[in-house]
Amino acid sequence: MRRWLVGVPALWLVAFFAGPFLLILKVSLSQAVVGQPPFTPLFADGGFRGSLVNFAVLLEDELYVEAILASLALAASSTLACILLGYPMAWAIAGAPKYWRAPLLALVALPFVTSFLIRVYAWIGLLRPTGFLSALLQSLGIIDGPLALVPSTFAVALGMTYTYLPFMVLPIYASLEKIDPALTAAAADLGAKPGRVFWSVTLPLSLPGVLAGSLFVFVPAVGEFVVPELLGGPGTPMIGKVIWQEFFNNRDWPLASALAVVLLALLAVPIALAQRAGAPTAEGLR
Amino acid sequence: MTARSFRLVALGLGFAFLYGPIFWIVAFSFNEGRLVTLWSGFSTKWYGELARNRRLVDAALFSLVVAAVSASLATLLGALAGFALSRLGRFRGRGLLAGALGAVLTLPEVILGLALLLAFVSIDAWLGGPGRGAWTIVVAHATLGMAYVTLVVRARLAGFDRSLEEAALDLGATPAGVFLHVTLPLILPALGGGWLIAFMLSLDDVVLASFVAGPGATTLPMVVFSSARLGLNPQINALATIMVGIGALAVLIAVWLLGRQERQR
Repeated sequence: MRRWLVGVPALWLVAFFAGPFLLILKVSLSQAVVGQPPFTPLFADGGFRGSLVNFAVLLEDELYVEAILASLALAASSTLACILLGYPMAWAIAGAPKYWRAPLLALVALPFVTSFLIRVYAWIGLLRPTGFLSALLQSLGIIDGPLALVPSTFAVALGMTYTYLPFMVLPIYASLEKIDPALTAAAADLGAKPGRVFWSVTLPLSLPGVLAGSLFVFVPAVGEFVVPELLGGPGTPMIGKVIWQEFFNNRDWPLASALAVVLLALLAVPIALAQRAGAPTAEGLR
Repeated sequence: MTARSFRLVALGLGFAFLYGPIFWIVAFSFNEGRLVTLWSGFSTKWYGELARNRRLVDAALFSLVVAAVSASLATLLGALAGFALSRLGRFRGRGLLAGALGAVLTLPEVILGLALLLAFVSIDAWLGGPGRGAWTIVVAHATLGMAYVTLVVRARLAGFDRSLEEAALDLGATPAGVFLHVTLPLILPALGGGWLIAFMLSLDDVVLASFVAGPGATTLPMVVFSSARLGLNPQINALATIMVGIGALAVLIAVWLLGRQERQR
């Protein structure tokens, strides 16, 4: 019984998770060739034929370095936007009457489970030159002609903020809800004004939630593919998109693997931290 | 501004941001004109066109089958892993199992997709078959889904009153009987909720499927994605409206199932 409980899922993960990652590492050391599979074997003619050439290419070519930097910057700005938008929401829900909180939280989580692809698609319609936002700004007299917001780097940041906002709201709410009301009440009794109570008591105690939410937004945002592909143009070379292009368009599997290894190395620390913070959906489902 | 009005503004803006785009999709799926940005009258004709679009309908049926099979597999694997992690105490490799499942949840999909494809190619090279097809998508989605199911099952077992099982054992039930008549009914809502989450994940994924799908195996998100790349299309709005409806229904069922178990505690 015991053997089955651990053995079956463990074997599955070895075959379809751990093993495949070793393969990425292996392929990143070989070279692209025309054929099936489209990369050279690591061991041939009785010797080791691997090399770090792909990694050298990545470091030398500005395109790849730029893509990595752009991904980190875009993910960071989306994370910041999620905090600015999500914190007030979480705070408002935590302060709402008790019977309102569960429905409000469900409303935050609901778009996350409705199709992600469809929600990104919606933004194309809203941000186009003939779209809703452009028409609204023109009728308000803020801009003169039609405004093309898509494709743009701004649209990618907006799309990622929109996609990952629930991941920020839920952990912040969880940490706000845990704060003992006696602490804020005591601060108020001792003469602190509401603003001071917030800055000195509520905000510091909710920082673990902000950190957890930031990791849940930042990690997937760095490697995001669908949002930059649909909302960004050639001027937004995010790393997820570059991996995709190397793989599907250039059929350079070793270079795509090397990029994946670099991305994994960059994300290793944030992923480990996110694991310790627990999963975002666990908060949402409870 | 008082705290109360600040709260209302924060929620109003936040929910407008979250629901505005969804509202736009639903509204323009009923637009008569071909332009998805200019309202020209109410019509349901795009739903008719959608029903006659064989490529979309075939992909939708294929996706539903893939989602159902992969969600069932994910539920089985996730239930086993959830039980192992919550019930077996310390065992060798426990940290690795929990860590791997957590990593599946957080890793960028592009990396997971690439890794799985390399695995399938290697399997083909070693065994000389069976080639990629629907089964590779099922395996990829089951791997992603099992991580979520494990999470739900663990959450359920953490709040589980074990004295119920002990009482049944004291009253003479066999371990198998206890599992069947006590444990299983109590975690069934978690399994149902987990299955639904895995089902929705599969129905929504475009990255993993694009990497691992074999020739001819085209899921609905793959079709939606390729037409979204080309621009807007009112048929996609109609399809999206149906998917939003199904998604909302699935969430309501999941919330109800998981909420009911909460009240039972």
